[in-house]
Amino acid sequence: MQGLSVEHLLGIKYLNANDIDLIFKTADHFKEVINRPIKKVPSLRDITIANLFFENSTRTKLSFELAEKRLSADVINFSAGQSSVKKGETLIDTVNNILAMKVDIVVMRHGNVGAGVFLSNHVNAKIINAGDGTHEHPTQALLDSYSIREKLGSVKGKKIVIVGDILHSRVALSNIFALQLQGAQVKVCGPTTLIPKYISSLGVEVENNLKKALEWCDVANVLRVQHERMEIKYFPSTREYTQLFGINQEILDNLGKKIVIMHPGPINRGVEITSEVADSDQSIILNQVENGVAIRMAVIYLLAQQIKR
Amino acid sequence: MSKKTLLNSKDIEIILHRLACELIENHNDFSNTVLIGLQPRGTFLANRLAELLKTAYHIKDLKLGLLDITFYRDDFRRKETPLAAETSKIDFLIEDKKVVIIDDVLYSGRSVRAALTAIQSYGRPENIELLVLIDRRFSRHLPIQPNYRGRQVDAINEEKVLVSWKETGKKDAVYLEQR
Repeated sequence: MQGLSVEHLLGIKYLNANDIDLIFKTADHFKEVINRPIKKVPSLRDITIANLFFENSTRTKLSFELAEKRLSADVINFSAGQSSVKKGETLIDTVNNILAMKVDIVVMRHGNVGAGVFLSNHVNAKIINAGDGTHEHPTQALLDSYSIREKLGSVKGKKIVIVGDILHSRVALSNIFALQLQGAQVKVCGPTTLIPKYISSLGVEVENNLKKALEWCDVANVLRVQHERMEIKYFPSTREYTQLFGINQEILDNLGKKIVIMHPGPINRGVEITSEVADSDQSIILNQVENGVAIRMAVIYLLAQQIKR
Repeated sequence: MSKKTLLNSKDIEIILHRLACELIENHNDFSNTVLIGLQPRGTFLANRLAELLKTAYHIKDLKLGLLDITFYRDDFRRKETPLAAETSKIDFLIEDKKVVIIDDVLYSGRSVRAALTAIQSYGRPENIELLVLIDRRFSRHLPIQPNYRGRQVDAINEEKVLVSWKETGKKDAVYLEQR
């Protein structure tokens, strides 16, 4: 068996199709592990992992921490809110101080695009990007594809539409890379102001009509409007956004087929998706969360395998 | 590279019958016993024994599970090539059960050590026994011995014991090969 072709998980764009296949197959085994009465394996007993979250996170942070603990790694957590970053320390200094405590793997979320790549060039540890600004969020894309593969059998040839705020979404970009690498077709749908100008250069079609987009697709991955990243107004009102791009049960019932609904969370219920849809049997939102732990276990396990003492 | 046949298909068949009888002696109708084949190579022997116990010895309700020990091995990160996992398939709890771990060759004992740890994830068994087709003497790294053995083999470290099964498209046989 070949290992991963990369030394860090910085983004999906650095991976190849074999890497994704390997991660999925490894995740299959870990999914079995986390459904056992005792959900823990001792593989990473001698590995220490630091979770550095310079931006808020609930799901991703918990998911990574749980994945690390299920693999028996030692875990230290860091949130920028309570740290010396506020006192003016640079990123490299912060991380090198943490590495001086003998840390092998760094999981980092940062507000700046390329923070993971920058770090991987300057410090001696495996880096896993848990989201860098509006750029990439590779483990989210992997778990999204993995959930599609689980639900529909494969990703190849499937039609996926990503609905919502594409401009500010690292989930969207990583998903586009991951889905195309696996041979899926991708469209994006949302207000023109929230679609990046050059998205077509990635081979992605834009559809501004939600109903047409949903009629075309097998899977709709619905994104949250990221108000916190918006310095100006991109659409007139939340109410208007919901009327044009919100998914409700009535729209789904009129499609004449059953599509799969995904959402990376956190959900703004009643804005991009109604509660009825989020909790329906078409939604695999909670499966995505469960799969997130298995995928992150696989990524950490495969990267840890490369660490030599 | 010379290859010597240790057991042919007839030998293996006789041994399988003997092992089945020894198991029955200790486990009666297997109502409180489970068989666990170790992935990947122990599963052939485990499946064969389970089949034999059902057909030739009329044991009903035999519980057979397959256990993968990859994540419990002690050589993680010590090899150049990554360790590939296989599927674990145990659809029952082993709490208070008698467990028989089944593997084809007992060599260093490290796989069995890993299996002893791995099996705990499925509950606390009443006791655990070990059944192997080939027990290689003089090569143990750990204080582990089988309860049931098909054949004891004296082989030096430069020699390799190869077990082939008809399920893999070859014939049933055990060879001793010079490395």
